[in-house]
Amino acid sequence: MEVTTSPVRDPLITGRKTLHDITHDISYQVERKPTVSWLLALATSLGVLAIGLYAVWRTVWDGIGMWGNNKTVGWAWDITNFVWWVGIGHAGTLISAILLLFRQRWRNSINRAAEAMTIFAVICAAMFPILHTGRPWLALYWMFPLPNVFGSLWIDFNSPLVWDVFAISTYFTVSLVFWYIGLIPDFATIRDRAKGIVSRTIYGALSFGWTGGAKTWERYESISLILAGLATPLVLSVHTIVSFDFATSVIPGWHTTIFPPYFVAGAIFSGFAMVLTLMLITRRVYRLEDYITIQHIELMNIVIIVTGSIVGVAYLTELFMAWYSGVEYEQYAFLNRATGPYWWAYATMMTCNVVSPQLFWFKKIRTSIVATFVLSIVVNIGMWFERFVIIVTSLHRDYLPSSWVMFYPTLYDVGVYMFTFGLFFTLFFLFAKFFPVINMAEVKTILKSTSDNPAKHHKTEVGEKDVATQKI
Amino acid sequence: MKKNKRYWKGLEELRNDPELVKRADKEFPDYLPISESKRNGEEGSSRRDFLKMMGFGISAATLAACEAPVKKAIPYVVKPVDVDVTIPNYYASTYLDGGDYCSIVVKTREGRPIKVNGNDLSRVTSGGTSAQVQASVLSLYDKQRLQGPVANGQPVSWSELDQNVSAQWRSAGGQRVIVSYTVLSPSTQAAINALVEAFPGTQHIMYDPQPADGMLAANKAMFGKAVLPTYDFSQANVIVSFGADFLGTWVAPISYAKQYATTRKLNKNKKSMSRHYQFESNLSLTGANADYRTPIKPSQEGLVIGQLYNLIAAKAGGSAANFTKTDEIPNLQKAANDLLNARGASLVVSGSNDPAVQMVVNQINQLLGNYGTTLTMDQASYYRRGSTAALERLVQDAQAGRVGGVIFYNCNPAYDYFGAASLVEALSKVKVKIATSDRIDETSALADFIAPDHHYLESWNDAEPQQGQFSLAQPTITPIFDTRQAQSSLLTWAGSSETNYYNFLRSRWRENLFGTQSEDTDFDRFWDRALYNGVLEAEGTSLLTAGADDSSFANVGTSVAALASTINNNYKGGEGVELVLYQKVAIGSGRQANNPWLQEMPDPITKTTWDNYLTIPQSMASEMEITTKEGFTGLVQLTVNGQSYRMPVVVQPGQAPGTVGIAVGYGRNRAGKVADQLGVNAYPMASKVNGSFVYFNAGEVTVENLDEEYRLAQTQTHETFMGRETVIQDAVLAEYQEDPKAGRFEYELETSEGPKPPEDISLWHGHKYPNHHWMMAIDLNSCIGCAACTISCQVENNVPVVGKQEVINRREMHWLRIDRYYSSDEVSDAKEMEKASANPEVVFQPMLCQHCNNAPCETVCPVLATTHSTEGLNQMTYNRCIGTRYCANNCPYKVRRFNWFKYHDNEQFAAVNVAMNTDLGKMVLNPDVTVRSRGVMEKCTFCVQRIQLGKLEARKQGRRPQDGEIDTACAEACPTDAILFGDANDPTSKISQLINEETEGRAYHVLQEIRVSPNIYYLTKIRNKDQEETNA
Repeated sequence: MEVTTSPVRDPLITGRKTLHDITHDISYQVERKPTVSWLLALATSLGVLAIGLYAVWRTVWDGIGMWGNNKTVGWAWDITNFVWWVGIGHAGTLISAILLLFRQRWRNSINRAAEAMTIFAVICAAMFPILHTGRPWLALYWMFPLPNVFGSLWIDFNSPLVWDVFAISTYFTVSLVFWYIGLIPDFATIRDRAKGIVSRTIYGALSFGWTGGAKTWERYESISLILAGLATPLVLSVHTIVSFDFATSVIPGWHTTIFPPYFVAGAIFSGFAMVLTLMLITRRVYRLEDYITIQHIELMNIVIIVTGSIVGVAYLTELFMAWYSGVEYEQYAFLNRATGPYWWAYATMMTCNVVSPQLFWFKKIRTSIVATFVLSIVVNIGMWFERFVIIVTSLHRDYLPSSWVMFYPTLYDVGVYMFTFGLFFTLFFLFAKFFPVINMAEVKTILKSTSDNPAKHHKTEVGEKDVATQKI
Repeated sequence: MKKNKRYWKGLEELRNDPELVKRADKEFPDYLPISESKRNGEEGSSRRDFLKMMGFGISAATLAACEAPVKKAIPYVVKPVDVDVTIPNYYASTYLDGGDYCSIVVKTREGRPIKVNGNDLSRVTSGGTSAQVQASVLSLYDKQRLQGPVANGQPVSWSELDQNVSAQWRSAGGQRVIVSYTVLSPSTQAAINALVEAFPGTQHIMYDPQPADGMLAANKAMFGKAVLPTYDFSQANVIVSFGADFLGTWVAPISYAKQYATTRKLNKNKKSMSRHYQFESNLSLTGANADYRTPIKPSQEGLVIGQLYNLIAAKAGGSAANFTKTDEIPNLQKAANDLLNARGASLVVSGSNDPAVQMVVNQINQLLGNYGTTLTMDQASYYRRGSTAALERLVQDAQAGRVGGVIFYNCNPAYDYFGAASLVEALSKVKVKIATSDRIDETSALADFIAPDHHYLESWNDAEPQQGQFSLAQPTITPIFDTRQAQSSLLTWAGSSETNYYNFLRSRWRENLFGTQSEDTDFDRFWDRALYNGVLEAEGTSLLTAGADDSSFANVGTSVAALASTINNNYKGGEGVELVLYQKVAIGSGRQANNPWLQEMPDPITKTTWDNYLTIPQSMASEMEITTKEGFTGLVQLTVNGQSYRMPVVVQPGQAPGTVGIAVGYGRNRAGKVADQLGVNAYPMASKVNGSFVYFNAGEVTVENLDEEYRLAQTQTHETFMGRETVIQDAVLAEYQEDPKAGRFEYELETSEGPKPPEDISLWHGHKYPNHHWMMAIDLNSCIGCAACTISCQVENNVPVVGKQEVINRREMHWLRIDRYYSSDEVSDAKEMEKASANPEVVFQPMLCQHCNNAPCETVCPVLATTHSTEGLNQMTYNRCIGTRYCANNCPYKVRRFNWFKYHDNEQFAAVNVAMNTDLGKMVLNPDVTVRSRGVMEKCTFCVQRIQLGKLEARKQGRRPQDGEIDTACAEACPTDAILFGDANDPTSKISQLINEETEGRAYHVLQEIRVSPNIYYLTKIRNKDQEETNA
């Protein structure tokens, strides 16, 4: 089926790109020598990682006591960071799966990086369930329903933490497979272009012997659809289950049925913000302005308005329900959030998550790269505070006032958070250098139909792609 | 052609042996292990075997280089007759610390004392204990104790020491003096007397860090005996106390608390309780339990007591006296009316050390006809026999060079005497100074010779706390160090024929007490019985006498008119700040300061650990612009008599306006690693009124805000219960008499079928308890908040001490805590509710794992490390715990404790957690309870080890466990029997009867509406107040 450019839609790819241009633009970043700026960036993230590793080492060696957690606030930065990272991951899955099913083809330019971000964010998130335990060396495998020699000892399927383990591991597996399958045709492209024996061997291995035959493409398409179908419920389920950690408890401020949708919306919200942050940098550094256009940015900003508004409604609903429930503890929990000693965290959360995305109603702002960049960071700060507010301000003053405490983070709390940042950016920079940051194969499929003036057709050296194009 | 030369390799070749020929073409001999495999059954090892052996050898050698932990479990070569491994032995004994007394039963395991319990057979302490008594077992294993005698700073042998001491003591010119605290032991007194007799003219001076000279003097003037009366609070319907903290620290709190609690208990058949008025400056433990509490300044105390006297005298027929009028004192008239209505069943006590004031108190009790009912002089109490005046005279004499030698018998006046500085100065003029202190403390550091005494758990001794009430102390362990019973030292130096104190003690009991009874005709049987029981009652016999030096007590007349003018002169009530000294329940006078369990015990009132501080009233805090939050507070400069001290403040609700308070017992220099440099020494701040040292200073006291931040280690920083009626349920007596459910908060949930109690709605099917069902009930009315249970739990369950910084980090480990809540003025505004009233009502709530039947912690553990037992216990499996802390988060009572660090065998905690870091300290650990490792959660187990032991004992005898046989450490330690534990499945048990009776009465579950269905009931707090005056 040949699709032609709709007269009412703006082109998705600008700059009168040819198929060859696409291959060249993307593969060039992989093939050329590392730039100084890339080396500097990688060195910085490795430095952050090293500092973070020290904090991790002290935590594992000396105990959780290195952190600021205490008898009343058992979880603080650890689980805040966990939920934050998991949330960030969501955008990638949403972009790659749900938008694929909805045939939102603008996603083709951004799904690769977004999915990579998902995987790295989930890796970072997964650090915390392990690191936050008192005995991580046991937690590593006791959380799984493994056959063991302890008699009838089994895990507790009632515990939301066990659900978490399943949710996160499933999510990670599906995301990784989906991402990797998408990478295979592009790896093959790089392999075919590769001049050195090393890169030819490595990319050859990575591309799993991709031939680009019609049958292969057909299978590629089918598996993409199947994985998209599998991943779609995960977008909803993962953060729903993460929210169960709180929703199934008895703690006022946690024990809330609104949490699943509220967490999912929040996750997509923060995920899109993170995608934007990274994308705007990559776009600029790799000169990908023609692939990731203002239109992409605008569309993503619209998703941010929508999810940000959902989150805002959820906040207000919580307040209403607290009042309406007539439960003293519930009411106090929310009064304390807004006016208690952590009011500033609540105010930060409200400002960053509810007020700031509303600025995107202005076309000027949502099409401004600088404003988008700033706001995307603001949103992620806000979302971190949302989790902090939920976790710390609910715990620090719960039922018995005798146990009310304050939580003060230590340098090691910061250090472990830095560790995940270091890890995330190290992985991301390695990805950006050695993997094609844009899905060439899929972008080519939309070139003819949606780029501006795709008049110039000529036979490209990767002629197989044309076959694929025809198929859509 | 030249003949070829032939070389041969050996004789064998030369001879051309057939063997050699056979092997000649083989490069390697057969027996070398080079062949790939053994050839058909050939012996020897293959090359592969060689490699295997080498591999094993190397790895074995490597492994052997790793240090294997050395386990120091050494079996008995010859088993002692009465020691069975793993089976505890119990010995009745006596806790004696100066004038502090408790009859105890010591639990030993494999010859080590590990727990001190109360002795139920004692009529004096009736099985009660205090935190100090509970913690004393750790002081036995204190590494700071001297390990042998010391002469001039050098370790010597005992014989050397004795030679030197005897010689020097003999040659010491001038006066010889023996200084001690109150001696409560008749045989010790006899040993001292022996030394006095051996060196005629020797003086024996007793003093007390918490002096009672005033009472002794008043009683001497009024009754001719310088002794304390024996109180019976259980007979008192109305109790009025002026600054006497009789439940916490005053004279004999364990006995008094026991008696007091009987008047506070309520049930179906007893719907009346005593009414308790407290007039005091600091908020004491006793004041916190009072029905009516009026803050007064110490400079008013004499006048207020005088006014009470006048109010009583007006109606009871005494002559009024002309006391200076003070401002209207709230509740005073009411107290007088109540006292008059309860003549003969009321009691007035005062903590004052002013003889004139105590005389007025005596007169009031006399007018009310209380002598013979609530207090009696017929049975003397000997808890305080000291005279500070005598010690003062010693200092003067020493300064004048008249004193040749001093023996300090187990006392530390260089620290805890109010005039310590002058004493230290004067001591330099004394030739021979000998101390029997167990460590190099402030006093023994100045001594030439130290003859360290045993710890009381290593000693033989006896005691006579009250006339006719005797008790014995016996060693429960072989002396750990090369110490010697101080009495033996005294007898040795006296040149006595009997220097073995055990024989001395026995012979004295044979002479003096054996004849007082007729039950046993054989002395050995009598002795064994007394030793077994730990106590002996010998009505009418008294071995102790009044204070050693009667003449040192001030002369005080009995004429109230004369007293009035004395009091009017001394109590003028100025405008300045007045300083009030007090003792903390945990630290007391500071003698056990080096005990980390006591240092980390949260003060019942301020919930502060590891420090002393200035308690200031709210008004002063707002004047000085000091705010406290989360332990953050300000430093102030306190200037007393020109001497300045820097210390933190605690804003104390209930502190009388214009007064500040500070605890003694801190600021030690030489107590040991745990206590040194903690806080400020407050003893020198005391002042003298009417010739006696008093625990206050109304002189020149100024407090100045230094504007510096300080952080106190507090375990509870929120003061009020925020009007949460499901947590604290209270009512006044009149309401209770009408409705036993008064004050109960009965929450109902709206359902489609109308409102229902939460119990009726559940998704859960509940647990079945076919055998036992362990439950607990805690009576908020008789709980006085003394925290003996906290320490008892800590001892029993190997609860680690974490030190000041970790308490600041809010990570104390106590399994059982006492929540202390103040009432607030405001009842609706959440912000205002956080502020305690200026003079609040106080409630104590022991909080421990509630062993919920629908436990929120159990469902969230991912690895099933916390589960429910078939007996209702919520159990922790430490080995399975991975430490997610989810259970602690989900615990509505916040009673779970996490091992944030490794607290045992860790240098970081070695200084504070001595019970888990040194071989000596570890001797105190309970072998029945695991020492938890880092990263696991722990909490109250309902003393599951005791439950198991009780069940096993019963099974061995083929019966069910009897009620009361199995008891938790907290319930056992409670001096007021506020905690009741038992099997609710046993219909005859006290707990099931109580639950039957009280579920429609005072029994409630904390946080009933969240339906976690706890196994602990609380009984409502009932105050004996008039209805209209309650704060909601």
